[in-house]
Parts: sequence; C-alpha cells; structure tokens
Amino acid sequence: MKQVEILVIGGGPAGLCASLAASSLGAKVLMCERDDVPGGQLVKQTHKFFGSEKQYAGDRGYQIGQMLVEKVAADPNIEVWTDTTVLGYYEDGVVTCEHEGAHVKIKPQRTVIATGAAEKFLSFPGNDLPGIYGAGAVQTLMNVSGVKPAERVLMVGAGNIGLIVSYQLKQAGVDTVAVIEALPRIGGYLVHASKIQRAGIPVRTGYTILEAYGNGKVEGAKIAKIDEKWQPIPGTEEDIKCDTICLAVGLSPLTELCWQAGCQVEFIKELSGHVPITDDFLETTVPGVYVAGDVSGIEEASSAMVEGRLAGLSAAASLGYGKDVAAEQQKAAMAELDELRAGPMGERIRMGLEKVAAKGGAK
Amino acid sequence: MRIEEHPVLDFERGEKITFTYNGQEIEAYPNETIVAALHAAGIRQLGESPELHRPRGLFCAIGNCSSCFMTVDGEPNMRVCVIKCKQGMVVESQKGKGVIRV
Ligand SMILES: Cc1cc2nc3c(=O)[nH]c(=O)nc-3n(C[C@H](O)[C@H](O)[C@H](O)COP(=O)(O)OP(=O)(O)OC[C@H]3O[C@@H](n4cnc5c(N)ncnc54)[C@H](O)[C@@H]3O)c2cc1C
Ligand code: FES
Repeated sequence: MKQVEILVIGGGPAGLCASLAASSLGAKVLMCERDDVPGGQLVKQTHKFFGSEKQYAGDRGYQIGQMLVEKVAADPNIEVWTDTTVLGYYEDGVVTCEHEGAHVKIKPQRTVIATGAAEKFLSFPGNDLPGIYGAGAVQTLMNVSGVKPAERVLMVGAGNIGLIVSYQLKQAGVDTVAVIEALPRIGGYLVHASKIQRAGIPVRTGYTILEAYGNGKVEGAKIAKIDEKWQPIPGTEEDIKCDTICLAVGLSPLTELCWQAGCQVEFIKELSGHVPITDDFLETTVPGVYVAGDVSGIEEASSAMVEGRLAGLSAAASLGYGKDVAAEQQKAAMAELDELRAGPMGERIRMGLEKVAAKGGAK
Repeated sequence: MRIEEHPVLDFERGEKITFTYNGQEIEAYPNETIVAALHAAGIRQLGESPELHRPRGLFCAIGNCSSCFMTVDGEPNMRVCVIKCKQGMVVESQKGKGVIRV
C-alpha cells in the first residue's frame, strides 16, 4: 500500500493548482490522472481567458494548462501518476486505483477530489445516432487531435461552451448552420456571442430540437419554436440538414468518489446537479476529504484554479504545514473567488453556494 | 479529414503509422486516439448497442460515457476515445457485450 500525505484525484486545472498550493506549503503530494497527460479540459480550450491577471487573463486555456503541467512536473514535492483511474474510496480511508494496468491501493492522510464533470445529454427521438456528440467531444477531436469533426453542425445550447465551440468549429473550417437555445436569451458571455454573430452563425433563441434522423448516422434534425411552457408551437417546425448535432446543454459534476467516501451530497440546481456540501475551506462533511473545481459545482476554469489552490492550501494547513502563511493565503484565495463570482454572471453560482451553506456547510 | 491549417494551433503529428479496423488499413499518428484516426478516415459508426443493435458512435471523447466501446487487440469494451493508436494494432467493431479472454 502506498502511503501519501495528500492525494489529489484528477489533473485538471483544479487538481494541478491544488497540488502546487499544497506543495508550496511543504506537503508531499501524489496526483492521479486518468488520462495519459494531465491538463483536464484546459488542453482543448483555445480561446483567451478573461477575468483578472491572477487567473492568467489574456492567455489561451491550453497555454495555461501547459504552464501548470510544467510547474507540477518540475516540483520535487509532487509525484504524478498518469494513466491512473481512481476507482474507489473505502470506509477505512483507503483509495484504490488502476495504475498502469495494475490494481493499486493508496492510503492518503488528506484527499482532494478534483474529478471535473461530464457532459449532459438530452432526450429526443434519434438521440443515439452516430454524429450526436457532446460539444466538448467535438472540441477534443478538433483542438487536441486536429481532426475535422464534421462538415455541417447544428449546435444545441447557447451557453458559453456552445458559443465557444461554434466559433472554434469555424476556425477549423466547419460550418455551424445554427445555434439553437430553448431559453428566450443567450446564456453565455456577450463577448463569445458577438464573436459568433460576427462570424455569421445565427443564434436562434426559443427553439428546441424535436428529433434527429438519418440512416445509421445523422443526416438532419427537426427543430421548432417553443412557447413559454416549453411546448413546440405547431407550424414552426423546420428541417435542418446537418451531419452532426452537438449537445452543449450543460455539465454535471463527477461526484461518484464523493458518494463513495460518504460525503453529504445534495442536489443544487444552480450548481448543475448533485454536489458535495463543503465548508468555506472546501472540506466536505468527511474530515480530510476536500473538493475543488467542477466536481463541487459547475463553473469555469478560472474558478476551478482558485478553488484548487484553496483546497490544496487547506489540506496542507490541516496537516500543520505553513503555520505562518496559510491563513492569509486561504483568505486571499477566497477573496479571489468572490471577485470572480461578483456581477450578474456570477449570480447563479452565488445562489447555489448560499444553498450549500444553508445545508450545513460553511462555518 | 485532418485539419492542416489552423489560426491558433499547430499540430505536431510525428511519423505516420497504420492499424487495422475490421480488416481495413487505417492511417494514423501515434499521438491520436483511435476515435480520432477513425474519424479522419470518415468512420463514425464504432459499434452497435448490445441488445437492439442500433448504431453507436462516440459521445464524450474523454472516457466518461462508454458509448465508444470496441474490441482492441482482442480485448473488448475498450473506450477507444482515450486509447492512443499503435502501429499494427487490431481494432474491431464489437457485437454484444464482449467476452473477456482469460
Ligand atoms: C468537454 C468539456 C469542455 C469544456 N470546455 C470549456 C471551455 O471551452 N471553456 C470553459 O470556460 N470551460 C469549459 N469547460 C468547463 C470546464 O469544466 C472548466 O473549464 C475546467 O476545466 C474545470 O476544471 P476541473 O479541474 O474541475 O475539471 P477538468 O478539467 O475536467 O479536470 C478533471 C480531471 O480529472 C480526471 N479524472 C476524472 N475522474 C478521475 C478518476 N476517477 N481518476 C483519475 N482522474 C480522474 C479527468 O481525466 C480530468 O483530467 C469544459 C468542460 C468539459 C467537460
Ligand atoms: S465517447 Fe464517451 S467514453 Fe468514449
């Protein structure tokens, strides 16, 4: 059995920053990543980040990812296991994983779960045809593998991912025939929305997908306008010819390990699903188990990085590291999170976090 | 099709390799996933659902959903969206739930 001080599960922006922060206070870290390279979803994000300089505004997502991965690789306190899927968390605090094809047990003193999220699905006839992809999957194919994922795309969902991926498709030479959105307004940031409108991609709010059709693969879709009760309005049906339908209808937190560990997990709509209840330091209701990033509620990479830092600091501080500096650094991270969540776009998250606090979380 | 020109990204692909998909030779690069190479060759149907035999393609491309199960070098239920291509590997569409060799 492998003994470690701090185990970080997941090597996305949250896990990378948690590892770096814990190590900066002197703790020894093992970071496990299921993929053969760390970086999480950052590796496919080609757009420039905004926010403040502290969260690397102006840099592109994949560049930020590379920078964090290099920092982690150069850090003597951090051991990285790639190709390692964490499988289970047992009552006695033993964590099991598949590491290079073998079943390995780990006994950490503290654990940070930073497993990220999975894309949501939508139910409609024909939704299992080849060619119906998560928007993130298309992003992975074109930006990581450099493969043209489609010829003509119908994008379902005008949140940030739907907008960003439509623009990135254009950069890869793929047409998006339309972005449809059931809500009466665009959900994503205005910057992304105006970029794709300038690129000539129509965003049609108040529309839904009725069905997908095709012989063995997607050949088209039927869409229609919906009324305020989300019912299709007869006579507004349209036929859209496309070879790919991208679903960009949100993400759900990958909380399986939190459930297994016995953390209190509650459904909080504003955070996009079931999330572990945490205190202000991101410790769950199971002492010694922390969470950071999308697993604790869907936000974005900037906040995932700061949450990672906060969870890493908290885990290391609870082991007695960084006595003089930890409290101050934790406070600074919390202030950065407040700043990121200020303003109208952060309202949903703020509401979600209030519910977390009300369910027995925040101290 | 592979993207040759991109306003932001450069793709360093390395040496070309080949593997077989249902006996057909597929060109690939070592840094690509099996799904990416099949896609580049225009192959989007990867298998079929075990009971109703409906065609199946990928969905998430990051190993979360199991929509992309295929048999790789005789081992069934492999998520080919996260497995990298290797020279000479044998990739097959899978029928049913797959049998594990012991
Ligand atoms: C497909 C996809 C595309 C996205 N695109 C954008 C975008 O363009 N712009 C944007 O702002 N946001 C995007 N997001 C939102 C994204 O959630 C955040 O930007 C950010 O990546 C969240 O960071 P994270 O570290 O919490 O999760 P992730 O970046 O998802 O990292 C989690 C990591 O944990 C690993 N992991 C999961 N389970 C295990 C396990 N059991 N054992 C070991 N390792 C495990 C995963 O392989 C992954 O590397 C996207 C999300 C997804 C899912
Ligand atoms: S496409 Fe989801 S696991 Fe491969």
